[in-house]
Amino acid sequence: MFFELFEYSFFVNASLAAILTAITCGIAGTYIVARRIVFISGGITHASFGGIGIGYFFGFNPIVGAMIFSILTALGIEYMSKKTDVREDSVIAMLWSLGMAVGVIFIFITPGYSANLMSFLFGNILTVSTANLYMLFVLTIVIVIVFLTMFRSILYVAFDEQFARTVGLPVTFVNYLMITLVAVTIVLSIRIAGIILVLSLLTIPQTIANIFTKDFKSIIFLSIVTALTGSFAGLFLSYYFNIPSGATIIFFLIVLFILARSFKTIQTTLRLKSQINRKA
Amino acid sequence: MKKIVELKNVVAGYEDEVILKNVNLAVFQNDFIGVIGPNGGGKTTLVKVMIGLLKPVSGEVVYYPTGDDNVSGRLIGYLPQINKTDNKFPISVKDVVLSGLADRKNIFRRTSKAEHHKVSELLEDSGIAHLEKKNIGELSGGQLQRVFLCRAIIADPKLLILDEPNTYVDNQFESELYQALKELNKKMAIMIISHDVGTITYFVKTIACVNRGLHYHASNIISQEQLAAYNCPIQIIAHGDIPHTILKEHNHKH
Repeated sequence: MFFELFEYSFFVNASLAAILTAITCGIAGTYIVARRIVFISGGITHASFGGIGIGYFFGFNPIVGAMIFSILTALGIEYMSKKTDVREDSVIAMLWSLGMAVGVIFIFITPGYSANLMSFLFGNILTVSTANLYMLFVLTIVIVIVFLTMFRSILYVAFDEQFARTVGLPVTFVNYLMITLVAVTIVLSIRIAGIILVLSLLTIPQTIANIFTKDFKSIIFLSIVTALTGSFAGLFLSYYFNIPSGATIIFFLIVLFILARSFKTIQTTLRLKSQINRKA
Repeated sequence: MKKIVELKNVVAGYEDEVILKNVNLAVFQNDFIGVIGPNGGGKTTLVKVMIGLLKPVSGEVVYYPTGDDNVSGRLIGYLPQINKTDNKFPISVKDVVLSGLADRKNIFRRTSKAEHHKVSELLEDSGIAHLEKKNIGELSGGQLQRVFLCRAIIADPKLLILDEPNTYVDNQFESELYQALKELNKKMAIMIISHDVGTITYFVKTIACVNRGLHYHASNIISQEQLAAYNCPIQIIAHGDIPHTILKEHNHKH
């Protein structure tokens, strides 16, 4: 019964989406968590709703609209916070709500009922389109190649921008490239977890990984494994119980986090105790 | 003696405010310059101009590369103020030091075995070999500054610039740092920014007073009156048993 599921093309699509999302979110998420730009990512995520609204109104793929909006928001935040005297968190809040506002207006004036709206807000891994899958595939290849070839530069710029500038690394280029990759990763994961929940795919696996390792590369690998576990668990649970995939994945990941945290605490306590006993 | 960097009539500042006016300064091989001056006087601006983080409004900064620089060789090494980096960032001591070898021409650059070896050797020499695999979050303030010092000198710069390296660190590190700098000075010129005039004058060879302009004082002995003449109003604090060479009476012609 388990393997029969894979005879359905929608289920194969969903599985591929789960794998590709785990890889892209594992990499991009490690970057945003390390650089503490989770709030920027929240802004990018919500601003993409504007593109979804416009897509609905003009009748093109809302994900394409979301992609344009999120990339512009990402570049806008990076540019305005560096080149103008507006404070970064204020810029984020403005663009965050601007995108949402545009989305609300366009969805309101679109005639008829927006049937798929819920799947954009809350995600549905079981209805991932082939087009979305192709885009996700291209993104995976790009982000893997970028990280394989530029890993050192990305790490150094993320850790200490000012020092990276003094050794002559192209800091601005690396920052714009990375924030664009983060934006695209977020948008292509919207189908899986939804606008409201997608951020957790880029932060919870990393937080779990960070419990066990403090090494950037190891966090990436461990996050991918964790995200993979989470998204497959979400996929099966949402299929069998007919509940939204995004919420299921997050619930599962949080449980995983609590288990990991408890495990680590018990491990540390036991180690301390054995050390004390040895001394006594 | 060979010149390393020269500032010619440099004017520098931010947006609408000029911080430094008509600064002339030449740094030579073996120099050990202490940069002093009040807060907001332009010490950090001066450093930023010298390491290329800030373009001067007018005037020019001339670099004199030695020509025999190998791939990793860099003209200027830089130790920033400590509190700027995130100590929860997932990066190891080894990777931080390796970042000092990053190359401006190649963002695709990978690290070589020889570079890893060089890092291990430098950490060994600095007495922090045991920290190599540690995450930076596990280090004390003094240890972190040692790591940043290694990052600044790993590429064998001809000039090492330190921006208030003694802020936020313990006294033990401070005295060790000055000893290390004395040793390093045999191989490279050093420029150190400090608000702690009393201590640095004991170690440096010459003094640059920076307060909107720059007055170069070709000696490490400076009096309160001279500081006033240089428009450099700073308090000289005596430091217990650390000997310092500030004299009240001093005949020095300008």
